[in-house]
Amino acid sequence: MSILGNRVLRKEDPRFLRGEGRYVENLPLEGALTVTFVRSLFAHARIAGIDTAAAEALPNVQVLTGADVDIGPLTPPPLPGLEQGMTRPLVATDVVRYVGEIVAIVIAEDRAAGVDAAELVLVDYDPLPTVVSPQEAAKDEVLLFPAVGTNVAGHSGSPEHDEHLFDDCDAVVTDRLVSQRMAPCPLEPRSAAAELGPDGRITAWLSTQTPHQDRLGLAGALGMDPSQIRVIAPDVGGGFGAKQLSVEEVLLLWLTRRLGRPVRWTETRSESMVALHHGRAAHLEFTLGGTKDGKVLAYRLGILQDSGAYPVLGSFLPNLTALMSSGVYAIPRIEAGGRSVVTNTTPITSFRGAGRPEACQAIERAIEMFAAEIGMDPIEVRRRNFIPKDAFPHTTASGATYDSGDYEGALDLALHSAGYEELRAAQRSRREQGGAKQLGIGLASYIEITNPVAETEFGEIEITAEGGAIVRTGSFSHGQGHETTFAMIAAERLGLPIEQVTVVKGDTDDVARGTGTYGSKSTQLGGMAAGLAADDVVERAKTLVADYFEASPADIALDRALGRFRVVDAPEPSLSWTELASRAAADQRLGELKAAHDFQGIPTFPFGAHIAVVEVDVETGQVELLRLIAVDDAGTLINPLLAQGQVHGGVATGVAQALYENFVYDDDGNPLTSTFVGYAFPSSADLPLWEAVEMETPTPLNALGAKGIGESGTMGSTPAVHNAVLDALAPYGVRHLDMPANGENVWRALQEAKA
Amino acid sequence: MIPAAFEYARAGSVDEAVSLLGSDEDAKLLAGGHSLIPLMRLRFARPSLLVDIGRLDDLRYVRDGGERIAIGALTRHAQLVRDPLLAQHCALIAEAAAGIGDAQVRHRGTIGGSIAHGDPASDLATIVLTLDAELVARGPDGERTIPAAEFFAGMFETALARQEVLTEIRVPKVAAGVYLKVERRAQDWATVGVAAARVDGHVQVGLTSMGPTPLRARSVEEAVAGGASPADAAAHTADGTMPPSDVNGSGEYRAHLAQVLVQRALEQL
Amino acid sequence: MTRIALTVNGASCEADVEPRQLLAYFLRDTLGLTGTNVGCDTTSCGACTVLLDGESVKSCTVFAVQADDCAVTTVEGIADGDELHPVQQAFHEQHALQCGYCTPGFLMATISLLKENPDPSEDEIRHALEGNLCRCTGYHNIVLAVQAAARAGA
Repeated sequence: MSILGNRVLRKEDPRFLRGEGRYVENLPLEGALTVTFVRSLFAHARIAGIDTAAAEALPNVQVLTGADVDIGPLTPPPLPGLEQGMTRPLVATDVVRYVGEIVAIVIAEDRAAGVDAAELVLVDYDPLPTVVSPQEAAKDEVLLFPAVGTNVAGHSGSPEHDEHLFDDCDAVVTDRLVSQRMAPCPLEPRSAAAELGPDGRITAWLSTQTPHQDRLGLAGALGMDPSQIRVIAPDVGGGFGAKQLSVEEVLLLWLTRRLGRPVRWTETRSESMVALHHGRAAHLEFTLGGTKDGKVLAYRLGILQDSGAYPVLGSFLPNLTALMSSGVYAIPRIEAGGRSVVTNTTPITSFRGAGRPEACQAIERAIEMFAAEIGMDPIEVRRRNFIPKDAFPHTTASGATYDSGDYEGALDLALHSAGYEELRAAQRSRREQGGAKQLGIGLASYIEITNPVAETEFGEIEITAEGGAIVRTGSFSHGQGHETTFAMIAAERLGLPIEQVTVVKGDTDDVARGTGTYGSKSTQLGGMAAGLAADDVVERAKTLVADYFEASPADIALDRALGRFRVVDAPEPSLSWTELASRAAADQRLGELKAAHDFQGIPTFPFGAHIAVVEVDVETGQVELLRLIAVDDAGTLINPLLAQGQVHGGVATGVAQALYENFVYDDDGNPLTSTFVGYAFPSSADLPLWEAVEMETPTPLNALGAKGIGESGTMGSTPAVHNAVLDALAPYGVRHLDMPANGENVWRALQEAKA
Repeated sequence: MIPAAFEYARAGSVDEAVSLLGSDEDAKLLAGGHSLIPLMRLRFARPSLLVDIGRLDDLRYVRDGGERIAIGALTRHAQLVRDPLLAQHCALIAEAAAGIGDAQVRHRGTIGGSIAHGDPASDLATIVLTLDAELVARGPDGERTIPAAEFFAGMFETALARQEVLTEIRVPKVAAGVYLKVERRAQDWATVGVAAARVDGHVQVGLTSMGPTPLRARSVEEAVAGGASPADAAAHTADGTMPPSDVNGSGEYRAHLAQVLVQRALEQL
Repeated sequence: MTRIALTVNGASCEADVEPRQLLAYFLRDTLGLTGTNVGCDTTSCGACTVLLDGESVKSCTVFAVQADDCAVTTVEGIADGDELHPVQQAFHEQHALQCGYCTPGFLMATISLLKENPDPSEDEIRHALEGNLCRCTGYHNIVLAVQAAARAGA
């Protein structure tokens, strides 16, 4: 009886429930100085001077500025198409390019002293013209990097433009959709600490998703060999794609090396809201055309990506948007691509979904508009265009090769679970009654790409002297529950009870290599690596047992149910793992019961269908989400309890984009939503229970049959809710609505439709 | 974030608080702290002395004073929510209190603190203005009663002198009252709020977040008194208002919302 | 400095504190009780929620001096040795935590809620927890955990 596929409660829960989470801010670090960053209040300005005298007059305070920093600048990630000339100083020297950019570093005895000193640092700014909207930035009138000569930070997708693309279409629809800027808002703001050891080696504790990659990045930035840096990511309170190496961590290590003392830093929330990179901020323009019988023939998606002030991963993500532009449909001709441009705002990076929600938001709106244009039910339009379930692998006109899928099955399951016909009846009845509160029903079929850049993950199994197993993984769970899921996989392969399997992660001295957790790739790569390493250990164990039984390894079997090795077809003699380990330890052979595996996978494609039911008060514009039905198919589910938790969290974020969150700047680049008061991060009182429905279509691409589910929830939920609000407003003549599709945006759309 | 440093003194009585306020011209009172401490953490407020009156339990009460209900200024929002006298005679206050902030905030925040802060976004401030409440204050020259209509002077400015302590709020017993608000999220301040009540036979209407102070919608009240329907009376809602524009909504949207809420409130009364 | 004397998780404690020290940092930095987390600076997120004389409060919006002569309970004080508090157990069984950072605040807010309202409806639970933010769970399992804890008579 396999443990896989069971709703196993989490092994890691106790420490979090007891308040013993090992977040970086909680770790004791003897003699550590506190670092406080002074950050720019201007979005674009020359630094005319910095006066640190008043700050340094406070006891035990030291202030460093950009002139003191002798490393850097950081260069954009080495990804195709990114403008490498747009380098990023660790601390601004002559120019600041966004509100929140670091202009000085205060070193003090504690947090309070640091804040007291930081506000005494006087920075003299000469304001420069600012450019906040990517459309303005694309004009190249106000340049962030005059030496580069343009604000274009990258190109994505294909530059093709066939003016005859839609010539054979009976109906063509076009619209703009802004996938608005969001702040990732992990509940734990970032913390970092660094200590220079007597041997010159630096230990860094980071609130990160990518400890091993960070070590490489830190080594490069500091001109050190990676072996001279140890990165420990202990417990991390959420990341959502944003917690990867940035300037602050580099500075902490630079400081410990310079000062010869340990240093630590924790950002405040309002600091995090401008300093932790943002997500989305893609300005999309789509055109879709097809026949009057509902067959889609052509689709064009233009992406203008706001990069923020310095290009980081976000500038590259439109490539994923373009790649996934086809959605779940067999569209013969697709042109998708665009540009990323810098603006005087916080840089944009990956945020839960990272380029793929944007693709879903566009295609699902386009399909709905096309259906309305030809007067066909949008469900029927979808059916006529789905890639059929026997057509896999399928390569889309946008260049993605999908592994497995049953898009019509997912939609049918969602419709059935939602009680779709009853919903439409309820809507009709409300409309007949009139009244301010009207219902809207919206749906979205989605596909997503996980492990998008075909990565490799490391897994190692080591049998202990007591006969338990240690799983070392290069994945880094920061809420996803790998200490349970990977223990389940290893336990199943080894025939051990899960209580005897411990997962170790996050310490680069303990785990040889890894990539970390993002891109929904951990189970399918890290889980596979751990499972294959476990299989290797079983083979090695068989060799040992064979020696002890004087048999041939081919004649030894592992009875997984009992966790005992024996000769095939003979119940005795047998050895449990504990007995084998004990004997091997006595013989100095325990080290043979250890194996590692690096598993490389290619992208897999989870999919699903979401249906949203909203109630719109057409007098006030307020929208309440009544129901969200989510069918999410990510292949084989190792632990359905944890998978469902991932769906819940992803859906909440997707709904938040549709109805609540929007990170906003004024025209001078001042952030207007830089606290949890201004930024509309929803609470439980703003959201309903989720109706998550399981569906499993395994992938043929790995032995687990698993795709990734971590980001799936964000894909269908945003367009489903967006479409639902538009559905409620359709009788009033509303055809277009910006997100957040709530409140004033709804009211204005209704006003414009009346005019 | 960390507040700027300050001196701290705990007052054992109102008179002691008055005296302590007189000792430092940048002194502020600390009651529940849920208006003041958030400002201090962001360093928007930097009092040099905090006079803590949070322990003055004899300012925590709800009493039947005959024509009016007397509420001690340090009564916490959570206490207002469950008070039987308010439920019976002025339910509007109890209902509005249930929507202030969140459960944790309501365990600490006080009615006096909320009103004395002079925030145009305060639900209770709007309600006391709508009800023509009386605000009782004690200062170095003794006690005085300030009518609500004279209490709110400007944004975060009240009629309280620097050394005065608000001690009691007296509200009329009302036959009917309703408080409606629109919020972006459940925990947000009201984008706009509307209080409506029948006080001594008159319909009185107040507005939250439609100007630099809570406002009475006098034109609406006159229209109602003149026999106008809720819809027609509500058309006067924006008269004399200056609704702010911020991330919660533009002034135009607020004016529209206020009108919708006024109509609904009048219909419910 | 001001001298305060209070009980924290049942144990008496005396200390000299700067008036500006928030209760959250007194618990974390002075007493080493790092279970209470600080997730924001606008009294919005509730990760810092503790019980003050039995009622939930946001310890980031209370000065330590205000807790003088009071009883504070933090997440470290609710289990009974090895045995989890029923609310902790319910959160575990309903998978109501992922990264764990908001969890102490939710546990304390839930304990306070169930003390005031032992059998809350789903709406009452959501309204009572609107001062606690979570980015990981989408709140669904948290609501289920509170309902389970209520049924268990927590």
